[in-house]
Amino acid sequence: MLFGFEWDLTNPLNFAISILPILLVGMWVTIQATVLGFFVALVLGLFLAVLKSARSRFIAWPARLVTEFIRDTPLLVQLFFLYYVLPEYGIVLPAFMTGALALGIQYSAYTSEVYRAGIEAVGRDQREAARALNLSAANTFTHIVVPQAVPRIVPAMGNYLVSIMKDVPVLSVVTVLEMLNVAKIIGDRTFDYLVPLSLVGCLYLVMTLVASAGVRVLDTYLPKQGLPLK
Amino acid sequence: MHWSEYLLPLAEGAWVTVQLTVYSTILGGVLAFVFGIGKLSSNMAIKSVSVGYIELFRGTSLLVQLFWLYFALPLAGMAIGIDLRLPPVVAGVLALGLNIGAYGAEVVRGAIQSVHQNQREAARALNFTPRQTLFNIVIPQAIPEMMPSFGNLAVQNLKDTALVSLISLGDLTFRAEQIRNFTQDSTTIYTLLLLMYFGMALVVTVVMHLIERFAGRWRMVGS
Amino acid sequence: MTDAIIRFDKVVKRFGDLTVLDELDFEVKKGEKVSIIGPSGSGKSTVLRILMTLEGIDGGVVHVDGEPLWHELREGSLLPASEAHLRRMRSKLGMVFQQFNLFPHMTVMRNITEAPVKVLGLGKKEAQLRAEELLDLVGLADQAKKFPHQLSGGQQQRVGIARALAMRPSILLFDEPTSALDPELVGEVLTVIGRLAEEHDLTMLLVTHEMRFAREISDRVCFFDRGQIREEGTPDELFTDPSEERTREFLKAILD
Ligand SMILES: Nc1ncnc2c1ncn2[C@@H]1O[C@H](COP(=O)(O)OP(=O)(O)OP(=O)(O)O)[C@@H](O)[C@H]1O
Ligand SMILES: [Mg+2]
Repeated sequence: MLFGFEWDLTNPLNFAISILPILLVGMWVTIQATVLGFFVALVLGLFLAVLKSARSRFIAWPARLVTEFIRDTPLLVQLFFLYYVLPEYGIVLPAFMTGALALGIQYSAYTSEVYRAGIEAVGRDQREAARALNLSAANTFTHIVVPQAVPRIVPAMGNYLVSIMKDVPVLSVVTVLEMLNVAKIIGDRTFDYLVPLSLVGCLYLVMTLVASAGVRVLDTYLPKQGLPLK
Repeated sequence: MHWSEYLLPLAEGAWVTVQLTVYSTILGGVLAFVFGIGKLSSNMAIKSVSVGYIELFRGTSLLVQLFWLYFALPLAGMAIGIDLRLPPVVAGVLALGLNIGAYGAEVVRGAIQSVHQNQREAARALNFTPRQTLFNIVIPQAIPEMMPSFGNLAVQNLKDTALVSLISLGDLTFRAEQIRNFTQDSTTIYTLLLLMYFGMALVVTVVMHLIERFAGRWRMVGS
Repeated sequence: MTDAIIRFDKVVKRFGDLTVLDELDFEVKKGEKVSIIGPSGSGKSTVLRILMTLEGIDGGVVHVDGEPLWHELREGSLLPASEAHLRRMRSKLGMVFQQFNLFPHMTVMRNITEAPVKVLGLGKKEAQLRAEELLDLVGLADQAKKFPHQLSGGQQQRVGIARALAMRPSILLFDEPTSALDPELVGEVLTVIGRLAEEHDLTMLLVTHEMRFAREISDRVCFFDRGQIREEGTPDELFTDPSEERTREFLKAILD
């Protein structure tokens, strides 16, 4: 029994049906971790992107080094680091929060590149045209750069959302009860790993297919020339 | 325990990580070519298998795949009367290679498709068979296109090897965990661990860069 | 039948709704040098591409060397050609492309020897000897070890010609071989093609916008318009006294 649901071991099909609700509880945790991690990645990535594009080398280079460092080290180790080291400095977070934070940090390295590439793709000529029209730097950014960069950024970000979803099972090592962890516990208790783990695989396929389709729909509805401004 | 005493066990773990990375990257590379080319095949059976493989491994999580191979596959084997218990190393290399291979297959496919149609027409005019065209004309030109993405995938793969510690394979992360359990010196150990992965990633990046230059050396001649 | 080595018999070619060749009849004799001129989009390249088997046809029959190119006679009926038949027919033809289409990852030597070795099964030594002769012919004997990107456009196109010749085709197709070149490089390529036309019994089919050159080397010039041959004749007839209004307009536009 887990989360109040009994399993039925009479045959594999009944077993699968009986544990589906349990796995769905795990899936809900997976989705929450994905969304929270994604949100952190979006915010932190933007922060890194701004630092990396700073004019001063003393800001830009360290920011680049940090991004590279985050990108080149495993999520699992970053997670361990946060989980075991932060409390030594008095920062105690629930496992779920630590996990979402680790996901967000890992993926901020990737999202910061997306921001940078999206902004750069808008092009020097657009920016120079804006300067020629005497628009202020802030106005150029919010009215010229951002509306054109968004359609380029969104699909790439969507793909990272899907990647984050696939990395959530790593959080199981710090006891987060996401879908894979739940399946593993069922396996440990029933000595049947085949059904729960296969089911998790299928559920993952469904989740990534739905998420990817969502990204594609969003992409087709975004105007390629940029967001319309009134 | 002084932090320098951690280095020997960590180095042993790092060696396992290096081996895992090398073997699974090679396996992934082979799978990438087989299924990347397969996805472009006009034979529907080959095409479907390739698409199926790519979608399955890109659509699910690496850790799910690893656990499935390690915990579930033996049970599946038992059901049909074959011993499919895999040693952790084999399960690890297999899961990593299969996973990275699926991503690599898309890279291979994209690079092959990016070779200009002109080249295929010239090959056809010279009466090369489709197979000769693929292997002598198209792929040699596609490989330099693939290399930057392959470099990223190799680093990704290095990072992913950390997950095999969860099926108790004695890699770098596993050793670090052991030491931490023993000494509770989290800050030092995880800092060391991160730095070691970072160093290894830099080495992988450099190696992939060298391979890239080698594969595309005809592009640099005389310029 | 005549001694035609190429014969288009009511050939139809469509791209979707667009009919590019409209029941085209067209013949080339063995050893003949024929230039094809005409406005853009009139189907000139399409004729060559059909001959090189890069493009299929939607109606009619193309004969090469007395055999149907895109069909095969099996059990008394004309059926679509098999890949084996196409391969056999293709070996009679060679093509020089507008964009050269050299293999960028191979040296000049390798570009020329690769197909003879891999397709014809020639020994490497023999293929290299042949390649050296051909490089001599196109005036590039000293460039064998270079890669295409190290050569000028004119040199690349001459390699393209040598590469096509290395397969010993009896028909050589040129699709605007000089139109991708800077003006100062056109001459060297035309010189090579002119020499080929003079010294070899190759059948040559040349799509070009170089009217002076077409006039010099051709036995016959065909004016293409909307997928049909509007007018054909000896260079002198066609260039000095075209009978069709369309031809006159075209020549006037291009010569001014
Ligand atoms: N693969 C294709 N798909 C669709 N349309 C095509 C294709 N290839 C050629 N066409 C069309 O067929 C027509 C004839 O093309 P073709 O290349 O034979 O013209 P051309 O006489 O060689 O012209 P140019 O002097 O511009 O090279 C053109 O209108 C062209 O747009
Ligand atoms: Mg043309």
